[in-house]
Amino acid sequence: MAFGAFSSATPVAAEPAVRRRSPIALFLLLPGALYLSLFFLVPFVSLVLTSFKAPGEFGDIGEYDYAFKWENYVAVVQTYWPHIARSFGYAAVATVLALLFSYPLAYFIGVKLRRFPLWQALALTLVIAPFFISFLLRTLAWKQILSDEGPVVTVLQALTVLPEGAHITQTPAAVIFGLTYNFIPFMCLPIYTSLERLDLRYVEAGGDLYASPATTFMRVTLPLSMPGVISGTLLTFIPASGDYINASSAFLGAPDTAMIGNVIEANFLQLQNYPVAASLSIILMAVILIFVSAYIKRSGTEDLL
Amino acid sequence: MATSFAEAGADLELVGITKRFPGFTAIEHLDLTIPAGSFFALLGPSGCGKTTTLRLIAGLEDPTEGRILIGGKDVTTTKTFRRPVNTVFQSYALFPHMSILENVAFGLKRRRIADAQQLAHEALRLVELDHLAQRRPSQLSGGQQQRVALARAVVNRPALLLLDEPLGALDLKLRRQMQIELKQIQGDVGLTFLHVTHDQEEAMTMADTIAVMNKGEIEQMGAPEELYELPKTAFVANFLGQSNLFTGPVVSAKGDTIVVDIAGRKVAVPRDRAQRHAGEVTIGVRPEKLALSTAEPKESAGVNIVGPGRVVDVSFSGVSTQYQVQVPGLGTMTVFAQNMAFGPVVNLGAEVWLTWTVDHGFGLADDPSAGPRFEPDEDTTQIATQRRERLEAELEGA
Amino acid sequence: MQAGAAVAETAKAVPPKPARRPFRLGVGKWGLGVYAILAFVFLLIPIVYTIVFSFNDVRRSNIVWRGFTLDNWINICQQPEVCEAFGNSILVAVVATLLATALGTAMAIALVRYRFRFRTATTLLLFLPMATPEVVLGAGLAAQFLTAGVSKGIVTIILAHTMFCISFVVVTVRARVASLDPALEEAGRDLYASPAQVFWRITFPLLLPGIIAAALLSFALSFDDFIITNFNSGAAVTFPKYVYTAATRGIPAQANVIASAVFLVAIIGVVIAQVSAGIRRKRLAKAG
Repeated sequence: MAFGAFSSATPVAAEPAVRRRSPIALFLLLPGALYLSLFFLVPFVSLVLTSFKAPGEFGDIGEYDYAFKWENYVAVVQTYWPHIARSFGYAAVATVLALLFSYPLAYFIGVKLRRFPLWQALALTLVIAPFFISFLLRTLAWKQILSDEGPVVTVLQALTVLPEGAHITQTPAAVIFGLTYNFIPFMCLPIYTSLERLDLRYVEAGGDLYASPATTFMRVTLPLSMPGVISGTLLTFIPASGDYINASSAFLGAPDTAMIGNVIEANFLQLQNYPVAASLSIILMAVILIFVSAYIKRSGTEDLL
Repeated sequence: MATSFAEAGADLELVGITKRFPGFTAIEHLDLTIPAGSFFALLGPSGCGKTTTLRLIAGLEDPTEGRILIGGKDVTTTKTFRRPVNTVFQSYALFPHMSILENVAFGLKRRRIADAQQLAHEALRLVELDHLAQRRPSQLSGGQQQRVALARAVVNRPALLLLDEPLGALDLKLRRQMQIELKQIQGDVGLTFLHVTHDQEEAMTMADTIAVMNKGEIEQMGAPEELYELPKTAFVANFLGQSNLFTGPVVSAKGDTIVVDIAGRKVAVPRDRAQRHAGEVTIGVRPEKLALSTAEPKESAGVNIVGPGRVVDVSFSGVSTQYQVQVPGLGTMTVFAQNMAFGPVVNLGAEVWLTWTVDHGFGLADDPSAGPRFEPDEDTTQIATQRRERLEAELEGA
Repeated sequence: MQAGAAVAETAKAVPPKPARRPFRLGVGKWGLGVYAILAFVFLLIPIVYTIVFSFNDVRRSNIVWRGFTLDNWINICQQPEVCEAFGNSILVAVVATLLATALGTAMAIALVRYRFRFRTATTLLLFLPMATPEVVLGAGLAAQFLTAGVSKGIVTIILAHTMFCISFVVVTVRARVASLDPALEEAGRDLYASPAQVFWRITFPLLLPGIIAAALLSFALSFDDFIITNFNSGAAVTFPKYVYTAATRGIPAQANVIASAVFLVAIIGVVIAQVSAGIRRKRLAKAG
């Protein structure tokens, strides 16, 4: 139910359908599977190959030959390990913050608002509303709100919380803030789906068996909503670690908050240093795959979609 | 109304049907003939293969071996949508995105019957739902949906109408009502109905003929009274109603009764009501045929006497009172006594004798020495015993 | 993005069981409610900001508030690049949605209803694009286009968008197919419908809400995509790409106008869906 958390709050399958064997299956699967193989698998392989390339014979920019330059990876890690660490660091912090922010909200909508379906729907719409405004404009809005001339800095400086001349934008804090904000819906919706299905009689049973509200939460509610929490964590952490908008200088970041994504973009589109961009992508992908395979090992592949 | 349905039903014949699924065999060499125009019930516990049989007839599954003939025509390889068979599904399967009128007209339209709408309205009138013709299925109650499902099938005048436990989802009162209505429609319309159910009361009420199915085979087939009063196997004896069963050797088989020695007592069973006449036999009698008496009754011809025993349980159930009587050597016997007076006839702990007319006894075809015990083995005692044995074995091994 | 799908589906959720004793989190009866309201306000801040600034009286750089004007809304295409970018985004989204929905629906039906070998491989193939960071997806595809010598433009954008939308379509439609009672199709066959008729008259109409939800989801994802587009667009400009490149020199207020208009259309659409679902539910409850 990982990524399907988004699409369905209804319990799936009226009865377990008996699957038939039929040539039609092939006819239905092949177009999509071929398309994905061609435009996902092959590029992925291409990326791996590119990461091993060496500079071309004549040293032109953008010209590379196939080679097996393992050194590419070593060099990339040596040069860019701060960015790598930063990316996963920011993403991790943002994920935790998003979790802390979203859980009570999801609880409120999924549990407290159960008696009022219309309000529940309205609340969900508000949670998803940020999606309806372009990702870039949202981030830009925050940049301007948090900028030195904006209301937030002015107020904080008046309250002398912020020393004179300090910024909020162009700091790691701003980048993390941006990441958190943008991925709140990704974290909130799966948790909401889990909590919405929570049978409150379990909570009542907890109280009946002498557990305080806090204990009931820790030992009953939280474990039962764990699938949603895990879904949300994956859905937040993975895109966040590869994000580069928030960290970009044009938005909330500065050159010293650059994440992997920024480096990949710069190397690919501007410097045309494809092997570097490719190896960084593979490293990013590898780390994420480690998390994903841990999830798969725990929950199996049937439930993935 | 009845004149608009001109055709009568057709015969159904299953010849040597076997159905194997990966891992288990659902049906093994089943032979069955259902005469045209009858209301036939296929009765059995869950997992006995009755639903599989139904789906084979409808064409929703293909048999591994065997042939299916409808009206003499071999339809084994005919696809579902070409068979003159219609099904009333257990879940009704009404199309939620169409009105009930469109639902009922669906089959007619696929067959390109003229005046499909007209016929659909007639069918809805038959089940008294024409005034709701434009409603969606979700706007109807369970009983109404069931009637629509019936109308949708009947309107196609199939040679054979299959009903897959259609009354399961209804409450008791509604179910009783629908049983009467279904029987009536079948009589009016003259179709062949095949009703699959696990509810023995329902089968006995509605069907002309019942086939009791167990583990993919038909144990016994006949009219309800015949099956009830003269069961041939222990399974039928226990599945249809309750029975008191005893095992013992035949001591004499002269004349028109056989006499069996049951723990010292001599019990007689009419020869033509006994399947086996020699060796170890199982005989039985229905609980409602037993009479209780607190004084030792005098021996008389044509009457079996058993006892004395002690009453260990008295249960009042409205129409009758159920007594459990423990008779040494025979085990616990069940007696149903109709409540003709207020209060139980005998009290708990009383010493009683049980009598029944010899003609009411029956003898089963099972060979007691070969088979499993009579009690069904799904009860919790059995499971608990097995579990305990397993645990003990584990502990011993440890 | 996932908005339409998530909200449309949650509207069809199991009717909520009334909680008999509301569980208190220990912060008092109103604590959680107050928190929720504050959270909503927080979530809406950038949206309100964007909408407000669409009325800003500026030529270029829309950073400082100068005055209220309706000019931007009236003359949306004063800056032609904005409208061109918007037009490209719509074109790409429509084509990618059509392709992804067709391919994805077919796969979803196969996954739920049929047995076939390589099921695990197929599931992984569908799952990986969703789990891969957009940077990797974009870079990979761009590298491939480079190697193949394909020049980047609108077509490559469409190809890229279709690729990542398929998985989301499959996820959405799959849930719908799985919830379809197979007895309905059996009933169709029982009632003399040929396999083609069963599909078009029974299966497809019942799947349609799911397919539409998937299409809306796909459209939203494609429209708002920036990262993958950035790697694979060459000279072509979609709306998000325009915003990004304009961010440094100053985004015209018209961009805010377009974004606000899209937002309002989406919100109104969702609200209408909710309200009509609610009305339908009430009508059903009354008529039963």
